[in-house]
Amino acid sequence: MSQAPGFTYGAAAPEGGALISKSPKGAGKGRRTPLGQRVARILVLLLVLGYLILPLFAMLEFSTRGDFDRTTKTFGRTLDSFAAIFSNDDLMTSIVTSLEIAVLTVFGMLVLLVPTMVWTVVRVPRMRRVVEFLCLLPLAIPAIVIVVGIAPIYRWMGQNLGGFGASALTLAFIDVILVLPYSYRAIDSSLRSIDTATLSDAARSLGAGWPRTIFSVIVPNIRGGILSASVLAIALVLGEYTISSLLSFNTVQVVIYLLGKRNPYVSVAVSLAALVFAFVLLFVISRFAPGADNRAQRAEEEPA
Amino acid sequence: MTGSVTTPSSSPVAGPAPSGTGARRMARAGNYLALLPFHGYVGLFLILPTLIVAVGAFTTAGGSLTLDNVSSVFTSSVFVDAFVKSIQLAVITAIAGAVFGGLLAWAVARGNPNGLLRQFVIAASGVLAQFGGVMLAFAFLATFGFSGLVTVFIKNQLGVVLDMSWLYTLTGLAVVYTYFQIPLMLIVFLPSLDGMRQEWYDASASLGGGSWAFWRYVGGPILAPSFLGALLLLFTNAFSAYATAAALISQGCPIITLEIGCQMQSEIVLGQENVGKALALGMIVIVSAVMAVYALIQRRASRWAQ
Repeated sequence: MSQAPGFTYGAAAPEGGALISKSPKGAGKGRRTPLGQRVARILVLLLVLGYLILPLFAMLEFSTRGDFDRTTKTFGRTLDSFAAIFSNDDLMTSIVTSLEIAVLTVFGMLVLLVPTMVWTVVRVPRMRRVVEFLCLLPLAIPAIVIVVGIAPIYRWMGQNLGGFGASALTLAFIDVILVLPYSYRAIDSSLRSIDTATLSDAARSLGAGWPRTIFSVIVPNIRGGILSASVLAIALVLGEYTISSLLSFNTVQVVIYLLGKRNPYVSVAVSLAALVFAFVLLFVISRFAPGADNRAQRAEEEPA
Repeated sequence: MTGSVTTPSSSPVAGPAPSGTGARRMARAGNYLALLPFHGYVGLFLILPTLIVAVGAFTTAGGSLTLDNVSSVFTSSVFVDAFVKSIQLAVITAIAGAVFGGLLAWAVARGNPNGLLRQFVIAASGVLAQFGGVMLAFAFLATFGFSGLVTVFIKNQLGVVLDMSWLYTLTGLAVVYTYFQIPLMLIVFLPSLDGMRQEWYDASASLGGGSWAFWRYVGGPILAPSFLGALLLLFTNAFSAYATAAALISQGCPIITLEIGCQMQSEIVLGQENVGKALALGMIVIVSAVMAVYALIQRRASRWAQ
């Protein structure tokens, strides 16, 4: 069969394992747990989660500091740092830039990936492994390496493609590459959960052309995967620093970093807001991607 | 499912095909041509940059062949040092992340599979592990920095001024890296723990095995490949990280990713224009080797996840 051997979602996935395929086989797990285990579990949760939460809490404390009261040795509380986000022109410009890059990246990623992946399933299954390999390749090539190799290409674009070639929006080109592994896994798990081949055969036999088959039949069936892929792409673009800083584009992370030298309170406030924003996005898709559990489970139960 | 792919006889490109193998061959070629945009794009923005790095590592700025760049990677104590420190940092934080992240994954896996805690931890881990970068450096500055929460609290309440300069050194880097390795471990390792079947516990118990026997003879061996694979993934993750280090360390370029960044930004010394590419190639070699081992382990790990 054409399914890649030795490739399952249950095992350690390069990325987005639990993010994408959350299929707990929890049947009967709640049965009488020994007391020792329950205590150990709570201890682990307290300690490890505590370590994860402390810096986030510190960001909240730090960014809401007001005047220091010498007698009580405590800080007043104010939201000034958060309000300052909106009055800082550099910051607002960079946020808009990053959001524009995010939109372009999501668009580019979907246009590039969805038809290609559907095509490999229905027409050229032999190429599936090749496409998978290329999509996961960015995991083996660190961003810092990509930026070394792509700097000459961006220099060329800046000189030859006019205003657009020199704008920060060109970062979308490389961000599409960076999100490939995440997006591929998200869309792939959706594609595996539906019978893509039969669906497209049915659509084709009813007279639909390929564009119509893909956009009116397949795409609505893999909405969950497309949504996850898009959210992961947005989160990645908003957090991207390595490439934009070394190519000297002022994305939001670059400006947060520069601002941190002058006004760390505002920088911490923006960072916290961005992390919370990304968290809410991921949390919402994990709650509202309908039937994500069943799908992943079905995909796993499929004989390889 | 993918095995059930059928190939309708009509060509997607040429419309209803006349009989004959020529048309069919055309159609098949058309099938592959449809993948051209994807391959072209990846070729231009991923493969070409990689080739520029690989070729540049062996050429001078003028374009003639040379081994000077690559040999300087091995002879310059600065570069060797940067590689060694990067590897140390990656090994230490991968192990710490794998242990604590593994424990956290276990604690989460034991809980309600549809519970709020689980979804909360997974979503938060996704953010912290993959999209933190610069922001995590600021989180630690707000915690342990000179006017961070912990520092200020201890100063005001206990009257002790702690020396927090460690935060801006490799030690601090290790602490912050561990912070994003733990959630990555959770994301990568949780599916393997979810794959553990109740039947296996029961089978072990019915043969008289206790908790220790189960983990020693059943759970441990089953999870070992996944755990090792995750460990390697954490290694490459820390080894490749740039943003957090760049935001935290402002003096010098102690690790290899920072060194490459410094090479890109600094004044170019005549004759050393392509040294950065040789360093980048070195990173590719190390990461590829680790990922190759990962792929082998992965094949073993998936055996039990059917």
